[in-house]
Amino acid sequence: MAIDAANTTTASQRRTGYRFNLTGWISLIVILAWALIAILAPYVTPHGISDIVDTDYFGPMSLQFPLGTDYLGRDMLSRILFGARYTVGISLAATLIACSIGVTLGMAAAVTGGWFDTVLSRFIDALSSIPSKLFALVAVAGVGSSIPVLMLILGIIYTPGSYRFARALAVNVNTADFVTVARLRGEKLSYLIRAEILPNIIGPVLADVGLRFVFIVLLLSGLSFLGLGVQPPEADWGSLVRENIGGLPFGSPAVMAPSFAIASLTIAVNMLIDNLPQKIRDRSE
Amino acid sequence: MSPLVEIRDLKVEATTDAGRRVEIIKGVSFEIAPGEIVALIGESGSGKTTIALTLLGYTRAGCRIAGGSVSVDGRDMAALSEKERAKVRGVDVAYVPQSAAAAFNPAQRIMDQVIEITRIHQLMPRPAAEAKAVELFKALSLPAPESIGSRYPHQVSGGQLQRLSAAMALIGDPKVVIFDEPTTALDVTTQIEVLRAFKSVMRQSRMAGVYVSHDLAVVAQIADRIVVLKGGEIQEIGTTEQILSAPKHPYTRELLAAFSPVARVAAQAAATASPPPQPVLELDAVSAGYGRLQPNGKPLMLAVDAVSFKLERGRNLGVIGESGCGKSTLARTIAGILPPSSGHIRFDGRPMAPLARDRTPEELRKLQIVFQSADTALNPAQSIEDILGRPLAFYHGLRGPARDARIDRLLDLVHLPRALKHRLPGELSGGQKQRVNLARALAADPELVLCDEITSALDTVVAAAIIELLKELQRELGLSYLFISHDLTTVQAICDEVAVMYRGVKVEQLPADQVGKAGGHPYARLLMSSVPKLDPSWLDTLERDPELVAAFSKR
Repeated sequence: MAIDAANTTTASQRRTGYRFNLTGWISLIVILAWALIAILAPYVTPHGISDIVDTDYFGPMSLQFPLGTDYLGRDMLSRILFGARYTVGISLAATLIACSIGVTLGMAAAVTGGWFDTVLSRFIDALSSIPSKLFALVAVAGVGSSIPVLMLILGIIYTPGSYRFARALAVNVNTADFVTVARLRGEKLSYLIRAEILPNIIGPVLADVGLRFVFIVLLLSGLSFLGLGVQPPEADWGSLVRENIGGLPFGSPAVMAPSFAIASLTIAVNMLIDNLPQKIRDRSE
Repeated sequence: MSPLVEIRDLKVEATTDAGRRVEIIKGVSFEIAPGEIVALIGESGSGKTTIALTLLGYTRAGCRIAGGSVSVDGRDMAALSEKERAKVRGVDVAYVPQSAAAAFNPAQRIMDQVIEITRIHQLMPRPAAEAKAVELFKALSLPAPESIGSRYPHQVSGGQLQRLSAAMALIGDPKVVIFDEPTTALDVTTQIEVLRAFKSVMRQSRMAGVYVSHDLAVVAQIADRIVVLKGGEIQEIGTTEQILSAPKHPYTRELLAAFSPVARVAAQAAATASPPPQPVLELDAVSAGYGRLQPNGKPLMLAVDAVSFKLERGRNLGVIGESGCGKSTLARTIAGILPPSSGHIRFDGRPMAPLARDRTPEELRKLQIVFQSADTALNPAQSIEDILGRPLAFYHGLRGPARDARIDRLLDLVHLPRALKHRLPGELSGGQKQRVNLARALAADPELVLCDEITSALDTVVAAAIIELLKELQRELGLSYLFISHDLTTVQAICDEVAVMYRGVKVEQLPADQVGKAGGHPYARLLMSSVPKLDPSWLDTLERDPELVAAFSKR
């Protein structure tokens, strides 16, 4: 029977491909658009970000200033487009720091086990017991706010979650017989986590990366809103909301637009990780 | 007499990931008379469970009944609405699942679950239902029928739970009961009790039954008629007598042939040809277990108790016993996954470190283990090429074309087409996966292969093919096998000697053909006599020494 099945399936071509739904496509396009804007910011902004171009402050939407002007009369569209750089860039770097450290340590702890796992897990537990906003506030107050510091702090804050998540997944895979076989072969830790564990948890891990990116965007915006994030005259989306919060009673677009920018990015990332392309596995052809 | 169940030209379709429709049941027709038990037999993927489930009007997710009719007591289950089907289920048609352990809710008492059907359908008041359940417990010869209902599922044994799930199905006085491989997961000695209980209850109640199984010998004991299935089509329908004694279809003959594998004789001759037999593996009073070490130096839960044996080069040793007897722990100890608490393991005449990580690469290479379940033993994220290529690169440093050529040779060796190497394990059948699993062990050029229940998860025909392959590889490569199994016939087919284990102790070691003969250890005799035979009268005429059963069963 085994031979039969093999012959018939090899004779015909295998059908492989991915299924990707509309929601996934839309959110991917939104994310790519923001990424592109972040990269090309200096070339696409109609005005300089520090140029006071309007005689009035909190100007309404007009043909000249599509998103109005801010509390000093600067062009809002330019500031948002340029702010994408900070929001997307810092968050991305922090996500990469958090997830690469967290996932690597998580897998290593699961595979090694014993005291290494215990000590590391308790240390990480201790780290995650500190409230994230408080930790960020204290750290920024202590060493001052600069972009590398922000990346690092945000990365450290979100490492424990990533570690916990990856370790829980890896512990399950670690009990599978194929890991035992690899271990009996005499494989080293680096091979075990790279070849045997990671490929089997990569799906959920990527979903977690997306989710963590969203959290980091929100925390960064929160920090900037409190005035501890990106410092003037540069501004990320969180600082833009804070700067223009005075425009709220006037219904100014200057406070709405950056809020919408934050929402569009975080919702798009969330939608994308919920609708990642699914590989079509059709083997009975 | 008009048939109770009439299946006419039944077609079931499944929708694949790619949205393509596949017909998995291709026009099946048969009927069941009142009080008759019909067995559906075939390998996995033959559609036997799918057909049985259509009697409940149910298809698994992604499947649908595409054509034909399934009439149960005059109602076409395929045409009923879901609400009407729900009324029929449990009252007219009932279902006994394969794994009772998974079918019971661990958080509820057994009685509440057994009488659930009477509650849902409002058949009778609770005291009456409980009284009826106790009657059924008695009929199914469950111990302490009055009080067993107040226990939780984890407090009874696997065989008892399986009988309780039958009680659950029978409480609504159904006209048809579907048994979906109810004894497959049980030990042979337990299987007998469960089969006996099923048979007597079905006989008394005159219910009709559908018995789904891949084991012809089990089916022979309980069924009146047998339907042989393959690839969603009926190959042959006949009475049990006729199928067993005069099978017409070639596939039925193949099934029967696979049941009685050719006993092993070739190795004996080979062994006598090489005069000084050198033990490749030697165990000296090896004990192992789980949990903290006690003050007496033994682990809390001793699984292997002072087992010693010698395995000579080119010969095979079988280890048999029921689940929980320590046979798999023994394999794990030899492989170095679990260190022995005492005793020594000598490999090729040299003592071997207790843990795999302390052993030399050469030792690791020469001793390979093949696990029971190829599903978990192959990394689902790696292609077959990577799975086989890694040990080649790791042990022999093979790269590039040399590695590819060796992978091709390995695939040839285990009779798999070379084109398979680009596939992922999930895209292979169970038998193919087990062959890859074996090929990976062979890639190391081993001297000894530990086979831990490698045929248990496979269908009879596929398992027989794997056994043949093992024999052939031994002839070509001069391997030794330590073959662990609960299935005596499989072990006898491949091994020169058989060690019988019971509760961690090796109770006897004999040449394969001597096992279970008079004069042997009583447990070995009990085990041997519990293996179902193809004779339909076997279960009824089987007489087991009650003392022996009482002494060795774990109830």
